[in-house]
Amino acid sequence: MSGWRTQSGWAVDRNQSLSFTFDGKTIPAMAGDTVASALLASGNRIVGRGFKYHRPRGFWGAGSEEPNGIADVQGTQHRPNVQMTLEPATEGLRLRSINGHPTAEHDRMAFLDRFARFIPAAFYYKTFMLPDWHLFEPRIRAMAGLGRLDPAAQGFGPSAPVNATCDVLVVGAGPAGLAAARAEAKAGRKVILCDEGALPGGSLLFRPARINGQEGRDWAAAVVGELRALGVRVLSRTTAFGRYDHGLTGLAEAQANGAAPRIWRIRATETILAAGAIERSLPFANNDLPGVMSAEAGLHYLSRFGVAVGRRVVIATTNGSAYDTARALHEVGAVVTLLDLRGGAEAGKHPFRVITGQPIETALGRRQVEAVRLASGERLDADTVLVSGGHTPSVHLYSQAQGKLRWDDGVQAFLPGAPVAGLRVIGAAAGVYDLARILPGQGVEAAAHGGTLALWPRPRAKGRIWLDLQNDVTAKDVELAHRENLTSVEHLKRYTTLGMANDQGKTSNLPGLALMAELTGRSIPETGTTTYRPPFTPVPLASFAGLRSGQLMNPVRRLPLEAEHRADGALFREYGGWLRPAWYGTGGETAEVQREARAARQGVGLFDGSPLGKIEVIGPDAAKFLDFIYYNTMSTLKPGRCRYGFVLTEGGAVFDDGVLVRLEENRFVVSCSSSHVQGMALLLEEWRQDSFDRSRVVIHDTTANYATLTVTGPKSRDLLQAVGFGTLDDLPHMALSYGQFEGDEVRITRVSFTGDRSYELSIRADRALGLWRRLKDAGRAFDAVLLGGEALMILRAEKGYIVVGKDTDGRTRPMDLGVRGPFEKRKGEYLGRRSLHLPAVAAQARDLVGLESLTPLPLPAGAHVVETVAGKRRSRGFVTTSHYSPNLNRPIAMGLLEGGNTRMGEIVTLYHLGHEVQARVAPVCALDPEGRLLDA
Amino acid sequence: MQLFPCPFCGPRPETEFHFGGDAGNTRPDAAASDSDWTNYLFFKHNRKGPTREIWMHLTCREVFLMARDTVSHEVSATEALGGEA
Ligand SMILES: [Zn+2]
Repeated sequence: MSGWRTQSGWAVDRNQSLSFTFDGKTIPAMAGDTVASALLASGNRIVGRGFKYHRPRGFWGAGSEEPNGIADVQGTQHRPNVQMTLEPATEGLRLRSINGHPTAEHDRMAFLDRFARFIPAAFYYKTFMLPDWHLFEPRIRAMAGLGRLDPAAQGFGPSAPVNATCDVLVVGAGPAGLAAARAEAKAGRKVILCDEGALPGGSLLFRPARINGQEGRDWAAAVVGELRALGVRVLSRTTAFGRYDHGLTGLAEAQANGAAPRIWRIRATETILAAGAIERSLPFANNDLPGVMSAEAGLHYLSRFGVAVGRRVVIATTNGSAYDTARALHEVGAVVTLLDLRGGAEAGKHPFRVITGQPIETALGRRQVEAVRLASGERLDADTVLVSGGHTPSVHLYSQAQGKLRWDDGVQAFLPGAPVAGLRVIGAAAGVYDLARILPGQGVEAAAHGGTLALWPRPRAKGRIWLDLQNDVTAKDVELAHRENLTSVEHLKRYTTLGMANDQGKTSNLPGLALMAELTGRSIPETGTTTYRPPFTPVPLASFAGLRSGQLMNPVRRLPLEAEHRADGALFREYGGWLRPAWYGTGGETAEVQREARAARQGVGLFDGSPLGKIEVIGPDAAKFLDFIYYNTMSTLKPGRCRYGFVLTEGGAVFDDGVLVRLEENRFVVSCSSSHVQGMALLLEEWRQDSFDRSRVVIHDTTANYATLTVTGPKSRDLLQAVGFGTLDDLPHMALSYGQFEGDEVRITRVSFTGDRSYELSIRADRALGLWRRLKDAGRAFDAVLLGGEALMILRAEKGYIVVGKDTDGRTRPMDLGVRGPFEKRKGEYLGRRSLHLPAVAAQARDLVGLESLTPLPLPAGAHVVETVAGKRRSRGFVTTSHYSPNLNRPIAMGLLEGGNTRMGEIVTLYHLGHEVQARVAPVCALDPEGRLLDA
Repeated sequence: MQLFPCPFCGPRPETEFHFGGDAGNTRPDAAASDSDWTNYLFFKHNRKGPTREIWMHLTCREVFLMARDTVSHEVSATEALGGEA
C-alpha cells in the first residue's frame, strides 16, 4: 500500500462514491475518478504484466501515453485493451488485466522473467523456425499479445461518422490550444477544438499556474465558456488520431453506452496542432518496477484526483518541471527527495531535500520499488520514484502530414521543422514548455521548465534498463540489434518492436534512438526517427465501419415487385447485387426448382427479369459506336430487331453478352446481364468520351426505370393474347413490338434465355404490379408457373446458354464459346480485336463443351478435368455449370476444356475434393439442338 | 483521403473516382505490331512525381484529365476532355 487519498483533488466528488472491480477485486472510487486514479488511491500498484517477460507493472502515466495500465472491459459491453488512465470510473465496471494469468497480481507466467537472458529480441523468430513456425504459433500467441477478445460479447454499438468542414481545427485544449482557438474565433473564423481528455485545460488541470490573476484551470474554464459563446464546437474525449491527404484530419470521439467511438472526418483550411508533449523516463536499471512513474503523472493524480502516489518519494529530473511535483507532494506530507541531474545550486533552497548531479543507478525492489541506489553509492529508501527525462513533443500529426522534423539540443527532442501548408504547430508540441511564452502578455505566474539535460541510455550499462515498457524492450535489445547490424531506425523498430502497439513513439522511441546513435557514433539527428503512422491511439474497426453493418454493409438492390413475390411464397437470394426470388413454395429447394423448370417447358413460366440491363445508346453516331463496342457487327441491325452479341475487354476476353435492341435508327437498348449493368455503363461512357464525338452519341441507363417481366414456354404467346397484346403471330424471334396495358406502353421483345418461345415485357416500374397480376390471373388457364432464378439457370443450361463470369473467366475468348465469325471475317475495328490475334492469347485457349455424367448423379461444379503428366495431376479445364435436368431426366454440365471441340465423345477424368469421377465430352447444347422449341 | 477536383462538380473525395490510365496512352491503329499493342495494353509508366492521368468522376460520369504528383499527392490541374460538352 503506497498510494493514498488526500483531502485535495478538485475533480472528484467526495459525496458520490461508487465501485468497480479489477481482476475480481472491488475498488472504491469517487465520481470524477479515472480507473487509474481510483486504483492508485486504494494502493493498487501492480495493474498489468509485461508483454514478454511477465514482470509486474504499474501505472507510468496519467493519459494516452500509458504503456502498462491496459485492461479489458468485461461484460455485454466488452471492450478489449482500454487505457485505464483515460477510462472514467463508473459504477459496476468490470475490468480484467491483460497478460496476467490469472491476474496481474498473481501471474503464473512470471517465471519467464528468470529466463530473460535467453529470450532476447527476436528470440521467437530465431528459435521456432523449424520444421514450421505454425506448430509453435498457437502456444506462443496464447502467452503473448495484449487483451483477450470475449467471443460472447456483442461488440460496439454503431456510431455514424460525421463529415465536417471548418476554417480552423485546433487539436489539443491545453493553454496553447485554448488561446489559439479563442483568437481564431474572435477573428470570425469557424473553429472546432478537440481534446483527448474528459475536460479541456491540458496541463492547467494539474500544474500550478496563475493567468491574469486567475487560477489556471479557472482561466481554462472561462475560455471554454467564451469559445462556446462564440459558436466554437468543443469536443472532449476526442482524439485527433491521424492526418491524411489534402488537409483531412481523423478524430475519434468516445461515446457512452457501449457505442463505438464516433469518427469525425474534418477538412479544415488550417489545422493548429497544440497536442502538447509527453514526459520521458530516465535510464536506470529496473526502471520498470511498479512505483516508478512519470513525475508529471504524479502531479496530475495529486492535484486533480487528490491521490498521492506515495509516501516516501524520490524525484529524479533533467529539467525544471518536476519541482512542481516535489512541492505539491511535500505539501500533502510526503517525504520528498529531489535529484536534480542538471547539477546547479538548487540544494538548500527548497523545503524538501535536493541532491544535484547524482543520477539513479538502479531501482531496488522485487514486486515494486523499495529503494534506489545513486551513482554515488548512496541508498535512498522510497516507495515511489517519479522521473522526468524531459518531454517529447507530440508531433505525430505534423509528421503524418509529411512535415520534416529537426533536432533541438535545448529541449533534447525532435521539433517541427519547415512549415507544412495548412498546419501550424504551437505550444509544447513545438517545444515551447514555459507557460509565460505560450501566453505572452497575460500575466502568467508559473514555474519555468528550463532546458533539458541530455541524459540517455549508455552502452554496456549494468542491469536491465527498460526503454519500451509495453513491448518489453531493454537497452540490451538495442545493443543486440546493433551487433547484428540492424542499425537503421526502421530496422531497429521491427527487430526489437520498440515503439510499436499503443506507444507509437510516445514514450519509448527517443531513448532507443539515442542509444543507437551512441552505439554507431552518430548524432541523434543523423540516426533519425521512424515514420509516425496513424492512429495516434488505437481506434476500433467498428468506428471506421460506422453504420455499415448488417443490411447496410453491402445494401442489396430490390425489385419493385418484391412484396408480391413474398406473398407468393418466394425464397429470396442475392444475385449480382439484386435480391431476387430463387424459387417459390415450401417444398424444399430441389423439389421446387425441378418442378418450376419442368412446368415452364410444358406450359408457360413467369419470371421477374427486372434487373436485366436497359442502357440506351442514342444519337446519329450510335450505330458506329456500337460497331466498335461489340464483337459482332451491329450497324446492320434493322430498327425493330434484336441481335445477340458479345462485348470484349481490350484484352480480348468476353466482358459481357446480351441482346442489343434497335428501337429506332438512332436509338438502341443494350440489354446486358443484370449483374454487369454498372460495369457496362462505365465501359460505354469511357469509350464514348475517349474515341467518339460526344455530341453525336449519348448513354442513358434506364435499367431501374422499367420492370421487365418474362413470359416463356410453348403457351407464352397464347397467354399474352389472353392478356390483350394482340396475336403477336407476326412477331418473329429477335424482334420488337409494342403493346398497351392500362394506358402505359409496354415494350415487347421476343428473345429467349430458355430456348422456348419467350417474350420480355418492359413497363414503367411503378405500373408493373398490375401487369404482373394480370399475367398471373390469366396464366391459371395455361397452368402458368412462377419461375425463380434457380429454375431459370437449369433451363438455360439445358440449352447451353452461358452466364458470363460463371461459364467464362478472365481469359475466355468469343471463339472459345463457338462464335468465330467476326474474328475470321469482320473488317472494321472493335474493342479487343487486336488481342484476339496475339499468339499468346490463342495459345491458352479452352473450348466450352458439354460434360455428361456417367452416373445418375450431377458432376461436381468446380471440379477440374485432370490428366496425369509425369506422375502429377495437371488441370486441363473445369466444370462451370452442373444441374440435374428435369426435362432430360439426367444430369447436365458444361465446362471449359483445352482442345475441347476436338475431344467430342472422349471420356475425361474429373478431380474434386480428393475424388475422381468420369465424364464424357459432349456438345454444350443438351436439349433441342435444332432450336425447334423457339417457334413451338 | 484525397480530394480530386472534378472539372464539372468541384472537389470530391477520391472514392467517387475511377482511374482510367495514363494520359497519352493512345490506342494503336489496326495494323499495330504485337509489341506495340501489348505495350498499350499492359505497360504502365508508374511515374514517381508529376504525372498526367485520365480519371472518371463516377457521380457525373465525366472523364477528365488530371495532372498530379504521385509523391506529394498535390493535384496541379484538372481539365475536361474536348471542352465543356
Ligand atoms: Zn463530376
